Amino acid sequence: MRDQVLRLTALSKSLPGGRRLFDGLDLALGAGEHVAIRGESGVGKSTLLNIVAGLDTADKGEVVVAGRAFAGLDEAARTALRRDAIGFVFQAFHILPHLDLARNVAFPLVLQNAPRAAALARAGEMLDAVGLGDRRRSYPKELSGGELQRVAIARALVHEPALILADEPTGNLDPETARQIIALLGRAVKERGAAMLLVTHSPMAAATADRQLLLTPKGLVSADG
Amino acid sequence: MAETAASGGAWRWLIAGEWRAFPVRFLVAGLAIAIGVALAFAVHVINRSAADAFGEAVRSVSGEADLQIRGASTLGFDEGLYPKLIALDGVADASPVVQFRASLGEKGAPITLLGLDIFRVLAVSPSLLGRRQDASAEGRTSTRPTGVDAALDLDALYLSRTAMSRNGLRFGQRVQVRVGARAHIFTVAGDLPGVGDGQAVGMIDISAAQWRFDRLGKLDRVDLKLAKGSSPGAVRQAVEAVLPASARLTDAEGESRRGDSLSRAYRVNLDMLALVALLTGGFLVYSAQSLSVTRRMQQFALLRTLGMQKSALTAQLLGEGAVLGIIGSIAGLALGYLIAGAALKFVGGDLGGGYFGDASPELQFAPTAAMLFLAFGIATAVAGSYAPARQAAGIAPAEALKTAGDPIDPRVSPRWLPAFVLVVAGGAFAFLPAVNRLPLFGYLAVALVLSGGVAAMPWLARTLLKPLARIDTRLPSVELALQRLLGSPSQAATALGGIVASTGLMIAMAVMVTSFRGSVDDWLESFLSADLYVAAASNEALFDAETQKRLAGAPGVAGIAFSKSVPVTLNPELPSVLLVVRPVGGPGYALPLIEEAQGRRAGIRLWLSEPAARLYGVRAGDGFELPVGAERAKGYVAGIWRDYARQQGAIVIDTRDYVALTGDAVRSEAAIELAPGASVAAVRTAIEDRLPPGLAGRVDFVEPGVLRVRALALFDRSFAITYVLEAIAILIGLAGVAATISAQTIARIREFGMLRHIGMTWWQIVAMLATEGALLGLIGIAAGCAVGLALSQILIHVINPQSFNWTMETRIPWTLMLSVAAALIITSAGTAVLAGRRAVSRDAVRAVSEDW
Repeated sequence: MRDQVLRLTALSKSLPGGRRLFDGLDLALGAGEHVAIRGESGVGKSTLLNIVAGLDTADKGEVVVAGRAFAGLDEAARTALRRDAIGFVFQAFHILPHLDLARNVAFPLVLQNAPRAAALARAGEMLDAVGLGDRRRSYPKELSGGELQRVAIARALVHEPALILADEPTGNLDPETARQIIALLGRAVKERGAAMLLVTHSPMAAATADRQLLLTPKGLVSADG
Repeated sequence: MAETAASGGAWRWLIAGEWRAFPVRFLVAGLAIAIGVALAFAVHVINRSAADAFGEAVRSVSGEADLQIRGASTLGFDEGLYPKLIALDGVADASPVVQFRASLGEKGAPITLLGLDIFRVLAVSPSLLGRRQDASAEGRTSTRPTGVDAALDLDALYLSRTAMSRNGLRFGQRVQVRVGARAHIFTVAGDLPGVGDGQAVGMIDISAAQWRFDRLGKLDRVDLKLAKGSSPGAVRQAVEAVLPASARLTDAEGESRRGDSLSRAYRVNLDMLALVALLTGGFLVYSAQSLSVTRRMQQFALLRTLGMQKSALTAQLLGEGAVLGIIGSIAGLALGYLIAGAALKFVGGDLGGGYFGDASPELQFAPTAAMLFLAFGIATAVAGSYAPARQAAGIAPAEALKTAGDPIDPRVSPRWLPAFVLVVAGGAFAFLPAVNRLPLFGYLAVALVLSGGVAAMPWLARTLLKPLARIDTRLPSVELALQRLLGSPSQAATALGGIVASTGLMIAMAVMVTSFRGSVDDWLESFLSADLYVAAASNEALFDAETQKRLAGAPGVAGIAFSKSVPVTLNPELPSVLLVVRPVGGPGYALPLIEEAQGRRAGIRLWLSEPAARLYGVRAGDGFELPVGAERAKGYVAGIWRDYARQQGAIVIDTRDYVALTGDAVRSEAAIELAPGASVAAVRTAIEDRLPPGLAGRVDFVEPGVLRVRALALFDRSFAITYVLEAIAILIGLAGVAATISAQTIARIREFGMLRHIGMTWWQIVAMLATEGALLGLIGIAAGCAVGLALSQILIHVINPQSFNWTMETRIPWTLMLSVAAALIITSAGTAVLAGRRAVSRDAVRAVSEDW
């Protein structure tokens, strides 16, 4: 098997009111592997992603990212692990409106204390890769939704994380742009050998993944039946 | 019609929804308007009440005469004028008056004592007529008019209700009336029903007054009643033709105006300070509305997309401002009225300024002013909403629906020209003269320079931050903070505008007050050069020639100089200047000269105080005439001296010149130089021993140190209300800064959530916010200091000289400025951190993940 990037073992999580979201959930992702997770609203997809990102904790079970378990890490170490090993793509893009595109993309490298010039040069390469190389000095308000999501993809990959967490990356886009974005995301992630956990309602987006899973109260089941 | 109704409904929904969602922000803005209106209205009501009381005091002793002839100085004029006046065509009757400042009993409260001819008063100004009261029927009004026998009672004293109650007197009681060094026992024979409450006035027969109090052959006033059908203009001309230099023509209205003019500049300055508080409130509305517009940009874009007209959107935001203004202003009027009531009770009608003497004002509601300040409050709130409303209406719906960004393109360098034009225009207005003795252009200059400072903020912020942003700090918090300030110029400018406005005003006031206080201190140091001062308790003329000779020979006295101050009217429209009679060059009377005439000229040498020179438009060496003595005394301005004590102006004349003009040898003050080795206590005892019997208890001995402390305490008292108004304006400004920064921070919760996701620690985000706040504070302080110093120069060199006719040297209160700078940086950084701590909590993660 390829190097394991993410391993979830016997995860259980209940909401404060007592409602159980999932119990005994297991999942493993190898490098370069793409997994799409689907599920009804309220089933716990966002909570699962928060737990994977170390932003929330499970009641039971273990989360290991890039060979390191979140359990036992303090807040600073969890943040450092997330910063170095995970890239995020959000449904609402979340591009900082007061930074130009190059700085938006370079920011994860700045967080890793990379020299600014090197970070901006690398951001330029990433913008080239997503087809926005000539827009480095543009500001987010000048971009369309599809273009903003391209910037988000570039930002998610700029520091070469082992794992990409993508939340409905096509949720705010028209079908044609959505197709282009999901293709770009898949290709860019594959090229860099990262694993990707994709949460989506879109059958088209899910279909591009290596595996499709359905989140249910009993855990993750194959969406293929 | 249907569209308007529909828009109205949507409008109400939107306002209610917005205010429900962010009640504190709108409460703070409304409160700021309320405080501004309250202060402005309170100051106005207090001033109006005090001025009315002062006017009432003038009318109480003036009666209802059509015209009055008054002495140009307190020396009065020859009574030979009276028959000339009564003989003039158009004059139906004339009532002669002598007037004193008197005290009742040994330590009684001072009253204005009028000596009147009862038969003449009856015809000319009956409101001054005394009403006989039977001693056995005390408290009951006699129906018996003042008869001939009563009129001829030379020992009868009629007192107003206030004079009686203040001195605890009853009808029939015998009381000693003291004027200067002279005293006589009178009987309280009745009251003065025509004199209003709060006025301490007494009336005796004119011949008794002249005889008992050494005014034989002199009058202070003649009240004229004009014949029916006569032309007042013609009578005025005829009167002017017979008037000597020592008398002038006026009327009760003119006297009120003169009194009013003395305090007018002080009152207008207080009004302006209160309006500053209101304008700061307007800025808070602007700040709240700007943030609200930025946050609701997408909502507005949606409304525009759904078919809401631009005008309706503008109207919605202006409407929000108007509602805020109406609620805030009504609350402010109520609060202002309460403040005015409390201030009149505890501080007095002149708010510490010392202008209205013992007039006791009563709180008077001012409906016209209330409507005016209501309109001011609403206009300020609407004006504060105007720019945000224009911004909202200018939204391109399609673009705004996509993503929120700063309305200003961060790549374009902001324009400095508008700010430059405002500052230059402000500088130019500062050079224009006063209008009707008010520094209106000075105020305009302050407003323009302040606006210029605020308008320069986007340009200045970029100019200062750009070089900083080039440094690779390798600190993500600092990098992001710098980029955020550079990338959101309009939001940074909104926060900076508040800091600059409040800091600028605060520093301007602090520099002006420090400069003023320092100059007063220096002036006192040079002015009070004697070892001991002796003064009559109520400035009465106590020291006659005999007494002066005795005191000069007291053991331990190396030198003694006697002086007195005589009010003299030079211009009927202006308050009297004080003619200070003293031996020039005598001990203890140094003159802090700021200008001196070259060489000796013909005529009497007069030294004018700076306010007198400015009020009467003269310089050293110019010719000058005094209405003292039988003819106008001709002289010249030998020098101009600094004086902060007499805003109405003072003129020093050498004792010998004064005596030659008037023959008046009685003095009210003495400055003593001690012989080597003599003690103050021993000299004081020696002086007291040599005072005539009865005078010892009525003089004050003061050492210069004590006088200086007293004077500075008086200074601080008169500035107390200024400090309070300034502090409130500053607090509103700081609250605005805090509200702006905290609102901007809270609005960025999703940004913080995203930053937490991609690996920024909680501390890094808080450090970023602290850096942003501190940078804003630093830039704001730097600009605020520059603006404040510029404004202080307008206050010191334009507004003060034009308002009060005195100048001062600039002194910078470094400690205060540094404290203010630290306070502001801490406020901005602290607010950002406090608001950020909340925003960076778990909610931030949820804010990003809400779409998961």
